[in-house]
Amino acid sequence: MKNFVGLIAGLVFGLGLIISGMADPAKVLNFLDIFGTWDPSLAFVMGGGILVAMPGFWLVTRADAPLLGDRFHLPTKTDLDPRLLTGAAIFGVGWGLGGFCPGPALTALPVAATGTLVFVPMMLAGMWLARRTDLFRTSAPATR
Amino acid sequence: MTEFTPYLSLIGGALIGLSAVILLGLNGRIAGISGITSRLLDGSLGGASERPGVFFVVGLLLAAPVWLFTAGTWPEQTVPSNLALMAVAGLLVGFGAVFGNGCTSGHGVCGISRLSGRSIVATITFMATAAVTVFLVRHVVGA
Repeated sequence: MKNFVGLIAGLVFGLGLIISGMADPAKVLNFLDIFGTWDPSLAFVMGGGILVAMPGFWLVTRADAPLLGDRFHLPTKTDLDPRLLTGAAIFGVGWGLGGFCPGPALTALPVAATGTLVFVPMMLAGMWLARRTDLFRTSAPATR
Repeated sequence: MTEFTPYLSLIGGALIGLSAVILLGLNGRIAGISGITSRLLDGSLGGASERPGVFFVVGLLLAAPVWLFTAGTWPEQTVPSNLALMAVAGLLVGFGAVFGNGCTSGHGVCGISRLSGRSIVATITFMATAAVTVFLVRHVVGA
């Protein structure tokens, strides 16, 4: 059942990315191009997501445990460590170069544009590398 | 130029939020794409606790084919064609997202929805470096 929930959640997430236009790197890059061909759409995507997730999270976490699990796997860290800041900064540079973040890149993979076919394996390699890099590591990897 | 799509983007964003609520409320997991994907690379692919994550990624990969069968065309997209640039971009996105414990979904949507200070700072940080990168590429180097 948890597998089925995972499948449906992934599908809904991907369709949300497609409908919102975020599976198109051109739209993302234009959002980031504030002083050029600015397209504010991405702010509406994040806004729509937060508008649903904020009350939704509050509602579902009022229970002691998720319906199908023993506990909520939520990040517990609260400190602004160097890993968070350098990671976010590096991620942003890559995002600004390619216009893809992980969700849209995976969603766009079946469309098989050459740029996507190059981007995704390199992204997976980068993820693998980061899992194995202990630089600035202060505790066990978070669960996000 | 891309067309500003406030309504479609709001609706699509709401679906992303709905997916995150479903995943947390039923499975107890945060819908962070970089977290889910990178855990699958750890060799824990077959581990029973990570299997819903495998299915989540499969669902994500099915979205565009489902769109093709219902709408009759692939989702409209323009992917940068400079392959060296895309290789570097992919590496930085994958490394940075996992090193920083989250990407646009984990920090940008889920984290902000939980009012996580870390996620708010991370989101501001990657938005800023991404905007500076686009500015440099389009208006300084490409000018």
